[in-house]
Amino acid sequence: MESLSNRSIQVSNKKMTFMERIYLPAIIGGMIVTFKHIFKKKATIKYPEQKRPVSDVYRGKHVLKRDENGAERCTACGLCAVACPAEAISMVAAERKNSEENLYREEKYAAVYEINMLRCIFCGLCEEACPKEAIFLTTEIVPTYFERKDFIYGKDRLVEQVDNRVDITKRQIKQSSNA
Amino acid sequence: MPKVTIDGITIEVEEGTTIMNAARKVGGEIVPPAMCYYSKLNKSGGKCRTCLVEVTKGSEKDPRPMPKLVASCSTTVMDGMEVSNKTSQKVLDARKGVVEFLLINHPLDCPVCDQAGECDLQNLSYEHGTEGTRFEEKKRVFDKIDIGKYIQLHMTRCIMCYRCVYTADQITNERVHGVLKRGDASEIGTYIEKAIDNDFCGNVIDVCPVGALTDKTFRFKSRVWFLNPMDAHRNCDKCCGKAVVWMFGDEIYRVTGRKDQYAEVEEFICNTCRFETKDLAKWTIEGPRQISRESVISQGHYVTHLSKIENKNKEKIE
Repeated sequence: MESLSNRSIQVSNKKMTFMERIYLPAIIGGMIVTFKHIFKKKATIKYPEQKRPVSDVYRGKHVLKRDENGAERCTACGLCAVACPAEAISMVAAERKNSEENLYREEKYAAVYEINMLRCIFCGLCEEACPKEAIFLTTEIVPTYFERKDFIYGKDRLVEQVDNRVDITKRQIKQSSNA
Repeated sequence: MPKVTIDGITIEVEEGTTIMNAARKVGGEIVPPAMCYYSKLNKSGGKCRTCLVEVTKGSEKDPRPMPKLVASCSTTVMDGMEVSNKTSQKVLDARKGVVEFLLINHPLDCPVCDQAGECDLQNLSYEHGTEGTRFEEKKRVFDKIDIGKYIQLHMTRCIMCYRCVYTADQITNERVHGVLKRGDASEIGTYIEKAIDNDFCGNVIDVCPVGALTDKTFRFKSRVWFLNPMDAHRNCDKCCGKAVVWMFGDEIYRVTGRKDQYAEVEEFICNTCRFETKDLAKWTIEGPRQISRESVISQGHYVTHLSKIENKNKEKIE
């Protein structure tokens, strides 16, 4: 059958000449290439001591943002979970009590919020779906662990610290006051 | 029998039929949206103005067009009447305005609201509304009223459709809630914080087009699109016992009436079925509820009936 793309090359099985059979010229040619590469810039870096610069909109580990008063923005609406193509997000909602206004921004909040980092494909759809500007992906990389259960990130590892805020301003297309 | 033409489709209907019901007889795209009209409730309609249509020809006898847009849920048809709904730019503009008005005092807390995903106002504003809002003033706020252990009232979300009032009036025999105050300040409530306890009061949740009245037993339990609605029935001595159970795995999260394409329940169900029967063993599951493909609820919900799959398998085997 003839190839439709016309790009296939027929394999030849021609007899090698004497020069080809002693292999020396080819070996020397190979050595020259190897030797040249010693002086070239290395393609690898010594991770984790060294880290590559990543784009501002790199999609790494998630963060659940707090608002300017330190209250959690997430209201457990479930839009991130429904947008997630990998089914990595799950949550349990709870009703805010009267004394908890400074902890949670809305009447409803996520009592449990879990992202399975083994399932997550870091597509950023959760970030896009979020109506409350609560979940963002960061430039931080999710490390590896020995146990599967370690990859299930709960609120303890997702919610940002009040005194150690995660800067996501570069990811936002426009700053909106009401979110 | 009068003949009426709606968006170019002529249909013969009985004397005294409203334009809305004539359009529903035809079905499809030409049906005007309705927020307050509820075919199962007497005298409902005429409040929300979302069903406005243009009557381009009054009747055969008097072919003059009606001077203003009319509410299709309360205008009866005349012989030879010609109505434009989707084909009239005037109607579409008016509807956009109506949506804007309805949303003026609506808090837009859909991420919090339990109704999100099956909300008539959400659908309406998605189809007819604008993206932004021009309203800069403060939205109205209310004191929270506790109206019993079953029903959660969120007055801020109310659009004053009066459906729940008619339900309480016509379905239950002891109405204790209604509209208090007037005009801009009017609100749904019970006079002097009385709890609503009647066997059929739970139906106000089903008729509510927004999330103003929601199920307290389902409050914040899950989102409707994560649940699987299943047709189910049980022997009930108070009501028909035909309901939709919303399941997550083997657990029933909530029970509602069976809503048709216009989000109206087919039959009202009692409180025992709705709030107190969440044990799967007490229900006979008929099969998955048919959900429109456009609805977010249809995500992850398989609508093919088991019997159909079995039949197909049988054919394959044979």
